[in-house]
Amino acid sequence: MALITYRQALKDAFSEEIERDENVFIMGEEVAQYNGAYKVTEGLWEKYGDKRLVDAPISEAGFIGLGIGAAMMGLRPVIEMMFFSFVYVAWDQAVNNASSLRYMSGGLLNVPLVIRGPANGGTNVGATHSHTPENLVANFPGLKCVVPVTAADAKGLMKSAIRDNDPVFFMESTILYGEESEVPEDPDFLIPLGKADVKREGTDLSIIAHGRSVLMALAAAKELKKKHNIDAEVVDLRSIRPLDEEAILKSVKKTNRALLVEENKPYCGIGSQISHLIQRRAFDYLDAPVHRISAVDAPAIYSPPLEKAQLPETRVIVREALDMLNVKA
Amino acid sequence: MSTKTAKKKTARKSAAKKSSGSAKKSAPAKKSAPSHTSAADLRRYAAAPVNKAMSKSDKRKAYVDMVRIRKFEQAALQSYQKGKMGGFLHLYIGQEATAIGTCALLGEHDHIITAYRDHGHALAVGMTMNECMAELFGKYTGCSKGKGGSMHFFAPEKRYWGGHGIVGGQTPLGLGIAYALKYKGLKGCCLCFLGDGAVNQGPFHESLNLAGLWDLPMIYVIENNRYSMGTSQDRSSVYPDGGLAQRAEGYRIDWDTAHGENLYEVRAKTMEAIERAHEKSRPTVLEIATYRYYGHSIADANHQKYRTKEEILEYQRNRDPIMVWQRILEEEGILTEDEAKEIENEARNEAKDAIRFADESPFPPESEILTDIYHSVDNPGSHTNQGKIFFNDRLPWE
Ligand SMILES: Cc1ncc(C[n+]2csc(CCOP(=O)(O)OP(=O)(O)O)c2C)c(N)n1
Ligand SMILES: [Mg+2]
Repeated sequence: MALITYRQALKDAFSEEIERDENVFIMGEEVAQYNGAYKVTEGLWEKYGDKRLVDAPISEAGFIGLGIGAAMMGLRPVIEMMFFSFVYVAWDQAVNNASSLRYMSGGLLNVPLVIRGPANGGTNVGATHSHTPENLVANFPGLKCVVPVTAADAKGLMKSAIRDNDPVFFMESTILYGEESEVPEDPDFLIPLGKADVKREGTDLSIIAHGRSVLMALAAAKELKKKHNIDAEVVDLRSIRPLDEEAILKSVKKTNRALLVEENKPYCGIGSQISHLIQRRAFDYLDAPVHRISAVDAPAIYSPPLEKAQLPETRVIVREALDMLNVKA
Repeated sequence: MSTKTAKKKTARKSAAKKSSGSAKKSAPAKKSAPSHTSAADLRRYAAAPVNKAMSKSDKRKAYVDMVRIRKFEQAALQSYQKGKMGGFLHLYIGQEATAIGTCALLGEHDHIITAYRDHGHALAVGMTMNECMAELFGKYTGCSKGKGGSMHFFAPEKRYWGGHGIVGGQTPLGLGIAYALKYKGLKGCCLCFLGDGAVNQGPFHESLNLAGLWDLPMIYVIENNRYSMGTSQDRSSVYPDGGLAQRAEGYRIDWDTAHGENLYEVRAKTMEAIERAHEKSRPTVLEIATYRYYGHSIADANHQKYRTKEEILEYQRNRDPIMVWQRILEEEGILTEDEAKEIENEARNEAKDAIRFADESPFPPESEILTDIYHSVDNPGSHTNQGKIFFNDRLPWE
């Protein structure tokens, strides 16, 4: 185990996979000579050169499409979005082509592609730069989507994503890049896609979250315990599609209460799907309606204190949990 | 690969030189396509090395292959009208020399990708009428098991990467194919077909810039049939005097134009592009002047509103690629009228058989709706994947 940052964990995953498989290359804006807009690929160009680290012009549709075509031919491109919000200019390539080609060919081809980059709000860059499109991506059969929160998860999932034979959308967070955690050093440390992780055991309610919201949930759980002696379980989905439904159901059946937290917008967010799952398959176990917390349903606001208030905060999670348990704050 | 700057080489302007050269800045050019091929041009391109190297049987085969495309599509049209298939049917009839003139030149590392008007290219790379017709009928025996339909034929083992329904969307994909060839150090190219309407799509321009910047072995073949649905070129595109292909100059990419009714010319100019791709790893934009006889798709009942009957007839009488080739072969003493009739009959019968094959083939079982979506699901055990990946509460057939 080594204590490293989320950024370093990703970088280690890239190095290991580049060395392991000659078909792996990283392409994107500023990924090579500039070392990455968020320094996730820092030093890799010096180490691996032009073939494996490719600076692309600002042509997302062009180079995502290129990545898909190259993947059909057996390469394993890792395409960086400087911000995930920029994928929309390449939406046709990224979701229409990437998700449909295997199907429309009757299984004659596959697209081993990773599209990755930060997808988060909370950095005061306004509505165009603050999207969390995991719900949109997850709506496309043919695509996979993961949203890791710890350095270990980032590394294990990135290595699995690169080795995966289907298109994987890998959503990171600029706020998490500097966060440290313990990461196994085994070069074959893989976390399967579709496996949730119980980040905190508890008995009184299940807080189900993904991405940076997991950290808020853990902080809320701590406060619930300290101030109210409530034991919240925190389930980190890690993977949105495939989804670990059994882990969700197991937790809810144990605690009988589910609070869903995400940074996404509420309408057709990930919580909608999970909420459906819980009522469909754990209806008799519920002692309270399923509650959801998401970003406040508006475009991401710029004003720094307001953006903080727009996103799920520990205080709001605690408040909602107490409500569900009929406990006065 | 990424840091290499584009060569400061001037793009060739063969077509611009041939054109009148009188374009004025203020007056938009009205020329829609290169004018008729002349008798001199026919002879000139017959002498190109790639054509001189053709044996009699190669030439005959080219005729057979063009006729097969036409008969296949005529049969498909009849079946469409009988309600045997759904959706769109975009016919290639009138454009046959483009598919045959280009695809016949491809070697072991040369790949193709095209748009939705894809039947001609599919047959040209050797896909069978049976698998193509069955795909149109939505049958399990179709090339894509009935999952793609008319616009989405695929045969990767023949280096045919589709069949793409989104206008211009195939151009970055083709670029990726060329990129992979270069990455692997293979001497090959990607022939990427697009329509005259597709040249106005952003991804095409992104693709051009990347192909020029990174020296990729890409050949963009613009099949200029003068219309994008009901919109004539004059109403959709500004273009330089040399034609749409001349836009390539903005990206320092070599370009050329060809008369699509002259198989010799299509072959000669495609070969130049292939050599450029193979030897110099440089892209080409090749615009081929051609024409479609039917509407945009069979649902286009309006096609005589945006163009005149006379215009269509003029092409059919004077510029039909099959007719022009037949005349050439007759003059060269390679084909008699009787033999041509015989070839037509054989192709018609082959298409008839394909219809019978498609008719008699089963539809895919319902369970097929849920296969070929994820490689990891189709090949369990090959991936580190768990959890739920399809989100159906209950399947309609269960
Ligand atoms: C992005 C997109 N926009 C619109 C369409 C609808 N559409 C299909 S074909 C077509 C015309 C394209 O014309 P052209 O590129 O000249 O090809 P042709 O049909 O003549 O072969 C249009 C508008 C589409 N399929 N994709
Ligand atoms: Mg057209």
